[in-house]
Amino acid sequence: MNYQTKFKKIGDKVKIGLTGTAVLLILAILAIILLAVIAGGYKSLSWEFLSQPPRDGMTKGGIFPAIFGMVFSLILMLIAVVPVGVATAVYLHEYARPDFILTRLIRGAVNNLAGVPSIVFGLFGLGFFIQFIGNGIDRSLGQSGLFGQPCILWASLTLALMNLPMIIVATEEALRAIPQAERAGALALGATKWQTIRHVVLPQAIPGILTGVVLVVSRGAGEVAPIMFTGAAYYLPYLPKLPTDQFMTLGYHIFVMTTQSPDIDATVPIAMGATLVLLALTFSLNIIAIIIRSRTRSQLRKGR
Amino acid sequence: MPVTSEKIMQRLLLAVAFSALSALLLIAVFIISQGLPFIFRYGFREFLFSSQWNPQAGKFGIFPMVVSTLWVTLGAMAIGAPLGVAGAVFLTEFVPRTVMRIIKPSIELLAGIPSVVYGFIGVMVLAPLIRDHLGGPGLSLLAGSIILGIMILPTIISISIDSIMAVPKSYREGSLALGATVWQTVRMVTLPAARSGIAASIILAMGRAVGETMAVIMVTGNSVKIPGSALEPVRTLTANIALEMGYATGMHRQALFATGVVLFVVIMILNFSASYVMRQRKARR
Repeated sequence: MNYQTKFKKIGDKVKIGLTGTAVLLILAILAIILLAVIAGGYKSLSWEFLSQPPRDGMTKGGIFPAIFGMVFSLILMLIAVVPVGVATAVYLHEYARPDFILTRLIRGAVNNLAGVPSIVFGLFGLGFFIQFIGNGIDRSLGQSGLFGQPCILWASLTLALMNLPMIIVATEEALRAIPQAERAGALALGATKWQTIRHVVLPQAIPGILTGVVLVVSRGAGEVAPIMFTGAAYYLPYLPKLPTDQFMTLGYHIFVMTTQSPDIDATVPIAMGATLVLLALTFSLNIIAIIIRSRTRSQLRKGR
Repeated sequence: MPVTSEKIMQRLLLAVAFSALSALLLIAVFIISQGLPFIFRYGFREFLFSSQWNPQAGKFGIFPMVVSTLWVTLGAMAIGAPLGVAGAVFLTEFVPRTVMRIIKPSIELLAGIPSVVYGFIGVMVLAPLIRDHLGGPGLSLLAGSIILGIMILPTIISISIDSIMAVPKSYREGSLALGATVWQTVRMVTLPAARSGIAASIILAMGRAVGETMAVIMVTGNSVKIPGSALEPVRTLTANIALEMGYATGMHRQALFATGVVLFVVIMILNFSASYVMRQRKARR
């Protein structure tokens, strides 16, 4: 090996080392974020913290109303988004021809909406759901301030709209992974198209749809921008009972406690605890999604 | 014969798919219909290029926010793009596939962290560091760029890894057989062959950075002015909407919708460029 190639090899090693350092740095950032949240938050955690409402002008007490409100809004969101998203994907994949104009339009809309900033969805929720639809309902019922104001219903619908593309894409992917032979088999045995979808296609698509649902819940739990004008409250002395009530939610609570607190020393521990709870939730959901996905993949491999 | 129920199901699914599409299109139509008339009435140039933002006095120039968004995004790209692409190269070319299969999902977990949590870390950890070591108030353009630079890493890495892995193995073998070193192969063969995918990943990441809201509000300090240095507080377009929409009425409200239109258009342009770049790759093969 002459001098020049040897020199090049050393230069190579340095450059490869640099790219390796980039990976280490990224993993270190992930570790720092996790450690900072865990180290800052674990002291605040207790059963009381999870089960009690805030007290003394939100400087003491727990985060129960925020957890309750979050779950409430996520359930409404799922009720709205899952049936619509799955039905749309089934139609697009099982019924529509690929060059059908609706299929192309929906593909385009899905692709483009995936990148629209979450705050723009918030604007839409406020302007369309609350001021247009909500006020319209109130006017036609001859009342005021029931639907035409921020509440869980509108916040959940805004989140649902934001997550609709994700459910459609996840379901379509799941449908695509099912071999055409399965459908042909069912049809050959005399099943109708809908029977085939109902009893052969959909059951096999469930893990894929579930992955989408889990990811959407994780995203919905953490999103603040779309709900801050459409339903989330700074503080509520009671738990929401109806979809037309406002609600407290974990992400917005963290934002409020960190940036708009009158007494930052008293609220930071609460914000840290709330951050730990939220992060634990979204992380476990993401890990569940990864596990479901890798299970289905290995099952598919075994099956073939 | 269940022929009628077959027909009913098909119609029903079509109706749902159609309403899903209408809802998705409605967002664009609604935001534009609320914001565009204001832009025409107020004057396109006045709105985009005037530095006067004073809603009480009826002044709605978003130029400081446009410049701030640009700087924060460029800063985020300067941090996130080299780190992400270098990481993607290392994971595809220099470690065994099994190692990559463990590390890639861990990096993708970064995408699962909610934006308020990034903001919280920015306020608690990053801003004090900047304040104590570099000066300024801590909540600044720099803090925003660093946090966004981290937030876009999963986007850049996932798409870059996919496009680098799509480069046929024979390309690398050919290059190595001609006597090129491993690094020369990466730099002159693999990366150029994967460049459209990498470019698309960077464009999409840029869209994410422009549209990010909560983390940015929390760490950038939110003063309406054209930043003189990276240590000064700035307010982005998204932050402007989020901070003022809660109480805006009349013209002010329309101006915020118009800000939404500007964001919408920027994101559309970035999305289209990303898919254009991707199509170029397919066309070449």
